[in-house]
Amino acid sequence: MAEPVLQVSGLIKSFGGVLATDNVHLTVLPFETHAVIGPNGAGKTTLIAQLSGALRPDAGEIHFKGRDITHFPPYRRSLAGLARSFQITSVVQEMTVLQNVALAVQAHRGHSFRFWHPAAADRELIEPAMERLEQVSLAERAHDLTNALSHGERRQLEIAMALATDAELLLLDEPMAGMGIEESSRMVSTLQALKGEKTMLLVEHDMDVVFTLADRISVLVYGKVIATGSPEEVRSDDAVRRAYLGDEVA
Amino acid sequence: MDAVLLVTQFLNGMQLGVLLFLVASGLTLVFGIMDFVNLAHGAFYMVGAFVCASLTFWTGSFLLGVLLALPVVALVGIVTEVIAVRTLYPRDHLDHVLATFGLILIFDELAHLIWGPAGIAIPLPVFLRGWIEILPGIVFPVYRLLIIGSGLAIAAGLYYVVSHTRLGMLIRAGASNRTMIGALGVDVQTLFTLVFALGAVLAGFAGMLIAPISEASIGMGNDIIIMAFVVIIVGGIGSMKGAFIAALLIGLIDTLGRSYLDDLFRLFMGGEAAETSAPAISAMLIYILMAGVLAVRPQGLFPPKVR
Amino acid sequence: MESRSANGLMGKVLNLSFNGWLMIVVLVIFAFAPVLTEVFNQPFYLDVATRLVILAIAAVSLNLILGFGGMISFGHAAFLGLGAYSVGIPFYYDIYNGWLHFALAIVVSAVFAVITGAICLRTRGVYFIMITMAFGQMVYFAGVSAEEYGADDGLSIYVRSNFNGVLNFDDDTSLYYICFVSLLVALYIVHRIVNSRFGMAVRGAKGNEERMRAVGFNVYIYRLTCYAIAGAMCGFAGALLANFTDFISPEMIDWTRSGELMFMVILGGSGTLFGPFLGAAAFVGLDVFLSQYWVHWRLIFGILLVLTVLFAKGGITGVVANLESMLRRTRGRGSSAAKADGEGPDG
Repeated sequence: MAEPVLQVSGLIKSFGGVLATDNVHLTVLPFETHAVIGPNGAGKTTLIAQLSGALRPDAGEIHFKGRDITHFPPYRRSLAGLARSFQITSVVQEMTVLQNVALAVQAHRGHSFRFWHPAAADRELIEPAMERLEQVSLAERAHDLTNALSHGERRQLEIAMALATDAELLLLDEPMAGMGIEESSRMVSTLQALKGEKTMLLVEHDMDVVFTLADRISVLVYGKVIATGSPEEVRSDDAVRRAYLGDEVA
Repeated sequence: MDAVLLVTQFLNGMQLGVLLFLVASGLTLVFGIMDFVNLAHGAFYMVGAFVCASLTFWTGSFLLGVLLALPVVALVGIVTEVIAVRTLYPRDHLDHVLATFGLILIFDELAHLIWGPAGIAIPLPVFLRGWIEILPGIVFPVYRLLIIGSGLAIAAGLYYVVSHTRLGMLIRAGASNRTMIGALGVDVQTLFTLVFALGAVLAGFAGMLIAPISEASIGMGNDIIIMAFVVIIVGGIGSMKGAFIAALLIGLIDTLGRSYLDDLFRLFMGGEAAETSAPAISAMLIYILMAGVLAVRPQGLFPPKVR
Repeated sequence: MESRSANGLMGKVLNLSFNGWLMIVVLVIFAFAPVLTEVFNQPFYLDVATRLVILAIAAVSLNLILGFGGMISFGHAAFLGLGAYSVGIPFYYDIYNGWLHFALAIVVSAVFAVITGAICLRTRGVYFIMITMAFGQMVYFAGVSAEEYGADDGLSIYVRSNFNGVLNFDDDTSLYYICFVSLLVALYIVHRIVNSRFGMAVRGAKGNEERMRAVGFNVYIYRLTCYAIAGAMCGFAGALLANFTDFISPEMIDWTRSGELMFMVILGGSGTLFGPFLGAAAFVGLDVFLSQYWVHWRLIFGILLVLTVLFAKGGITGVVANLESMLRRTRGRGSSAAKADGEGPDG
């Protein structure tokens, strides 16, 4: 078995005595699309927050490509190759689409202590940024301000920014949240195109999407991972059916 | 060390502390509930002092002057809230700072227009002029003790209001979760106006208390407002308890620093070096304290739980 | 502000926005200020113009952190004071070397900015506003208790910075042009910085700090650097101010001065290149104009300030840009030119 990209072991986080993350173990293998599902309040958001560095775990370790990143601040995780998208869309509002992506490129190409040369004329930034925009089919909107984008387009932009960091692992926090059918299917095809090329950890509510995209699924209930396996295995797991899928699939 | 001086300076520090608390409590209330930064809060301190001075001369009694001045300051607070401040709540902090900076200019200039450029001293009634022996061999002015006493009494009253009344419940709810107050079916606009006026009255009262000692003057609010800001930063913005503890702490540190830093420095530097550096350092002491607190706890000592 | 739509210089000029025209007009007036005051025999106004230009440099530096970086500093006058004392204190010890004065002003301000900024930038929002203000007050009180250098009363400077004949600080016209060219250089530096990689990082952090962290920026370090640059620039302005007024005092550092600098930035239009200059011009202009007519002119000033905040979003630059797009819309012209509105630099 190949060395895992992400190895979470014994992760614990409690809020005032309530365990939101209860001894979570999770392994994400290279180039797989791994989905984390679970009913509301299962602790998915808390888990993502700890993986991205927004929250400190009480105990446990997070290893990324063999490195212990448990105590890395968010920006260092990004520099190490872990990119995230946000559940509530997060882009730089006052800037254009291209500028947003160019910033993501910039963060990972050399340093930003260059005070004189205009960034807008920096081909080292603009060319890769345009490539990423083409990848998520947003190229024609490159010079629009992000406020002018639709909700779905902004989510696409977030994916482009994550890609622009040359990340090896994409942490996608409910990429379909709040999308219409058309926007969703566009996002699914974008992610499908990335499948096998990037390692992805996907937290998602939409079961159709999860079962379409995921290679493996982990089920989180009350802060615990109660099952991990292929979509078929998870679908037929008794504990999962009882705890979670029972009311949705049956 | 001289025990008489120490006790006296301790009480002076307490006096500054309770005055700071009166100003800072309103500031922190208004911030906690309305998320509003009010630079012009010190103006109510000044208005309190001037109005009280005028009313004292008009009625011939300081106590009557204070009693009548309180509703006047409340009214000034309400008018300010309704005319200018209310529209600013939804704006960002930068707009708050700038607009209330403008309000300071307006208040200072209006005071200049009404009361003239010179300060006004308020005569104390005879029974408040004396000295009292607080410990064997240590005497202290009665009036200053009264300031400390009434400050502490108001702190206790505020504590009761915040922790035991419906208004206090709303205040606590507002400080931790602003959207909740609306959901409780409260007339938010009236609540905000009341809280703003309460803050104005507290600051105004502090101004009235200090006026017989240092007279009412233009710009007096601008000096204390900065210290009050330091208080609420150190205490944690929005926290009443933090404001109280930090106010006393800063009052004491500032006062004691000014009288003892010199001696302290002499312990490990030459007399002359101590004499020149001590005044500068003691003037900066509370800012150094603030920087130290923030370096360790960027949210202050007692940050309200949820923001 | 910079029109980017046209090809060639001619096209650029023709396509200039209202704000672009405003900038050119103002620059031309200020370029000829000494001539104008000479012609109309109003030497007093050259004084006004010099003070205005110096304060504009300070406002431009504040705009770098406030307008572009979103760091709402309420202690910027501290740097003005540090720069001024960097001229005054050496003078007190009979050191008149101007190179030294200005080097000192820049270095001291930058160092102070790094030290205080390192603490301030750990805080957010209103804490940042207040702690910068408190650090400003700290410098103020340091000045007040510096008995040796005049404490409250300040210190008169009888000998201006001496640049061994390279620059002449003693002649009014010469001093004015030194200040004016300094302002142009400051504007150019800010223009380059905000459009550079570094500037993009700082502006991105203003727009969405969490996002910038998530893509891999150590926001803190870029902000701190920006804060130091702005501090150094303002310290430079302070050194000019000390030379111009021949006097230093803690009063230059008082927190109300910081408030005034902030007002200049907002009045002109924060986050635009040229706004702070316009703001400083409007501020000083109003100050001089109103104070001639009424003792209580500050009342009007305060009211204007409140009204600006309440109703003139984007300051002068914003209002002009809005006016322009309104006019263009009613004339039914294309909106392409109006799009390059107050938001100056972009790509």
